[in-house]
Amino acid sequence: MEIARPAPAPSPTPTGPAPAHPLPGVLPAALPPRTPLMRRLDAFDWLYALALVLGAAFALVRYHPVMDVYDDLILVLHVPVLAVIGWHWKPFRAFLAAVALLALASIALYQGELARAEQTFLLKYLISSQTAIMWMSALIFIATGAYWLGLVGRSDFGERTGSALTWIAATMGTTGLFVRWYESYLLGPEIGHIPISNLYEVFVLFALMTALLYLYYEGRYATRRMGAFVMIVISAAVAFLLWYTFTRDAHEIQPLIPALQSYWMKVHVPTNFIGYGAFAVSAMVGTAYLLAERGILATRLPTLRVLEDVMYKAIAIGFAFFTIATILGALWAAEAWGTYWQWDPKETWALIVWLNYATWLHMRLTKGLRGAVLAWWAVVGLLVTTFAFVGVNMFLTGLHSYGAL
Amino acid sequence: MHSGIARALFELLSSMRFAIALLTILSIASVVGTVVRQNEPFNAYLNQFGPFWFPVFEKLGLYSVYNAGWFLVILAFLVLSTTLCIVRQTAPMLREMRSFRERAREASLRSFAHRASLVPAVPEADAVARAQAYLAHAGFASRVADNGEGTLLAARQGSAGRIGYFLAHGAIVLICVGGLLDGNLPLRLQVWLGDKHTTAGNQLIADIPESARLGTGNPSFRGDVFIPEGRTTSFAVLGLGDGILLQELPFNVALDKFHIEHYENGMPKRFASDIRVTDRSSGETTRHTIEVNHPLTVDGITLYQSSFEDGGSKLAIRARSLLPGRPGVLREIEGVVGESLAFGDAAAGFAYTLEFTDFKAFNVEDMSGTRAAEGEEGEAAARGMDKLQRHLGSGAKGSEVRDLRNIGPSFTFKLRDAAGQAREFHNYMLPIEQDGRWFLYTGLRDAQADAFRYMRIPLDEDGRVDAWFAIRDRLLDPAQRDTLVGRFAARSFPAGRGQDAMRAALVQSARQTLGLFAEKGYETLGGFIEQSVPEAERGQAADVLVRILQGLAFEAWALHRESAGEPAPELNPARATFLNDSIAAISDSHFYGAPAWLQLDGFEERHATVLQATRSPGLPLVYLGALLLVLGVFAMLYIRERRLFVLVKPNEALVAMSSNRRALDVDETFRQHVEGLAAVLGAPVPASDLREGA
Repeated sequence: MEIARPAPAPSPTPTGPAPAHPLPGVLPAALPPRTPLMRRLDAFDWLYALALVLGAAFALVRYHPVMDVYDDLILVLHVPVLAVIGWHWKPFRAFLAAVALLALASIALYQGELARAEQTFLLKYLISSQTAIMWMSALIFIATGAYWLGLVGRSDFGERTGSALTWIAATMGTTGLFVRWYESYLLGPEIGHIPISNLYEVFVLFALMTALLYLYYEGRYATRRMGAFVMIVISAAVAFLLWYTFTRDAHEIQPLIPALQSYWMKVHVPTNFIGYGAFAVSAMVGTAYLLAERGILATRLPTLRVLEDVMYKAIAIGFAFFTIATILGALWAAEAWGTYWQWDPKETWALIVWLNYATWLHMRLTKGLRGAVLAWWAVVGLLVTTFAFVGVNMFLTGLHSYGAL
Repeated sequence: MHSGIARALFELLSSMRFAIALLTILSIASVVGTVVRQNEPFNAYLNQFGPFWFPVFEKLGLYSVYNAGWFLVILAFLVLSTTLCIVRQTAPMLREMRSFRERAREASLRSFAHRASLVPAVPEADAVARAQAYLAHAGFASRVADNGEGTLLAARQGSAGRIGYFLAHGAIVLICVGGLLDGNLPLRLQVWLGDKHTTAGNQLIADIPESARLGTGNPSFRGDVFIPEGRTTSFAVLGLGDGILLQELPFNVALDKFHIEHYENGMPKRFASDIRVTDRSSGETTRHTIEVNHPLTVDGITLYQSSFEDGGSKLAIRARSLLPGRPGVLREIEGVVGESLAFGDAAAGFAYTLEFTDFKAFNVEDMSGTRAAEGEEGEAAARGMDKLQRHLGSGAKGSEVRDLRNIGPSFTFKLRDAAGQAREFHNYMLPIEQDGRWFLYTGLRDAQADAFRYMRIPLDEDGRVDAWFAIRDRLLDPAQRDTLVGRFAARSFPAGRGQDAMRAALVQSARQTLGLFAEKGYETLGGFIEQSVPEAERGQAADVLVRILQGLAFEAWALHRESAGEPAPELNPARATFLNDSIAAISDSHFYGAPAWLQLDGFEERHATVLQATRSPGLPLVYLGALLLVLGVFAMLYIRERRLFVLVKPNEALVAMSSNRRALDVDETFRQHVEGLAAVLGAPVPASDLREGA
């Protein structure tokens, strides 16, 4: 089994006396080169970075009138962040390029008129926002089936298909959100806003964020065997999304109420969903762990060690981003509601989620706990997280009521 | 002995077990706080929990969990526990960070999970130098020691990760302390330790005693500043338990104008207050606009747009009588929202206090519900592909047709009787269309927790409300009953056709019907039928009574029009509907519970803004804590500490590695280092698996 490279070593800070003999001539040529990231980049990496810079510059010039200085800053900061993600995780470059092409094609087809969504074939059936999201939903379901076929039938083809379809689904979903962003401005400049403002939009975000996180681990651990499990939770989210669309008409773009008219939303919400997505991945991998431990599918799933490692990695990244998200939320609350923390049900449940995973990490890292207990804990953690994400909006009232069902 | 107990206590408080137990209790308590709505008026809790549990929950502090004494005590213990944990860990951790463990013995290195034995091709001294160079190249800091068994190179990297521990745990303490400073603890300390007392909220500012006033020096507070348009204030109201405290601000705030803007679909778009802030010491005035998400900081106090209320809109009202036998306008009233006045009439025998509670100039409602009947068929037809088709395309459209309309101004008021019982009413100023008919809506409810029940007063074909009042008066007033019944009977069985007996019978039934209807409308009529008609004939009997009622209502209407000099109406389907609507509304009006319907004739709207004023001394601490927390979490999770040992002996180089994280990537890292070391030492790479139990 192949394990990907370790992260580049952080620069050490020697605290003791310097080594006695640096001996510059001693190192033979056979020494494995320490290759810093920059030297490992190829032409495509630079092309990708250039495209990011140009894209951001174009957006800055073109959309300057509708952005404030913080929006500008967020846009500019996206360039290095996306560049580094793409450099570390090569498939992401193609993904982003495809999303950019599809979104731009959609915008070009719209020609500034919403009505063309009904008249133009490509818009109506492929890349208008709703259609793209419907494609994402369908592909997620098919990918789930393919992964399961691959797992149960020990078919490499099934798993490859599942993986490819998940990539396409994530591409369509992301395209859908970007196009929806554009469509909202076509409704009226005052209505336009980033589509992460209500429960419908964040469910799309959740589905594609979880899919992307999973695909990252799939590449990093070079195994597609966890897909069958992770796709279950994404399928469930998509099933909810479809129910919400068809029975509640939730997909209709609504303008922003004053409390949400803030650049903070652009950073708070996506950060949160990296957390939610990662927690979902960890819970599903935890489920796989518990089954494999009991001998169910044990020969088909990755080893327990790998499953446990993915579970830990997912919770670590989820926890780190959830910490940032909660802090960003507090900063926003301080600006909108006059206090950074007021024990609103959503805030309180976010704290409970945070404490839950903080304890999980303590148990693993400090107490050295391993195995089934942590896997169960990760599964229960997802229930707590789900309540914080959806349950609070359904059952409790509070300031986050714009996410209401 | 004594120090033994202290030691044990220290161990307990600084232990992770204790901290986790506290966190668990804290989480459960927090859940309670999300289930029981916090900081509501105490009446609401009394209604919700009943007289037995209400005081119990109050004692437990469940109405304000996050400010309850026990909750703060747990928080304090958590801070203490985390602090002690840091204290306890500091010395060992610093030692660990500085140490190279160069005294490690061969036997212990051989027990490492990650170890490998290399056979260098170079002499011992050269091997040491080469291994050392490799370690430096690979980003390790190292020490060389001769431990008697050979030359030990002890190297480490990533010790900075341990700083993450201090950052993250210190951050928790900072955030908790900052949070406590900004909570209402300082306020409560002033109440407990000082001579401050809360007071009731429903009094004039001038009446609030000195003991409930806080000076401008108060370091930490959060309160509401209520300013009607055109007024000035210099106070914030702080809520504490069931009472309030008055916080003096070092400046005056005047509200010039409050803006509310809506999107086309009626959703709020913008709330903004144009204010003037005058510094009391310098007399300087500055103008600002405060919006949601755009607060203003003056003198260390931050003002936020929190909400808005009616600031005393003026209402011109006509009280149209609902008293039988006394038609017309009882009184013209000039009302002000937020004020009350006496509303009584000795002759009619009622005496109320009329309290105007709210006014809204816009009410945007989805009126598509009225068309649900037609819509449903269309919806049912869309199935399968059709339904999917509707959801393709842009996100701009819903598949349902919504009909959002501004249905005009409305106001609410309470009628309080002498016993203090109040009934609340919600009246719209303009008629609302439903299925081509126009109604004036007036809602009522007995308790704040109920929803309004609406009575719909129909307008006649000329859009006037007078006809309904006139019909109602004639139907319900006993003094006019004979005239009405007589006309009705005469129209049904004109005189001189030998139908006198039938006419007399009809007069009898009509009189009885009216008498019953005048009591409690359809309710008494229904009761009568149930009592006196066998079950099989009830439907028919009801039909007859309704038809009589319709005939009587028609006569009442005709009489009204004649008295106004207008021609009697010819009956047609639209008019029949109007009469039916009228009868239904008259029946409902028996339960209206007010002597008059208050018709809004005109208004002069006046808003009040509610700003929130806060002084948060803990803010810098919390923000610093938040920054440290993020740095700490990332350092702890992503800076990997590795220790690499190379014990160089005459014919062997023993390589061993330890890590504080037993993750999968440790295996891979170790393999790379072994390969790297083998390369510089000219040794063959050991083929065996490098890790136990893989």
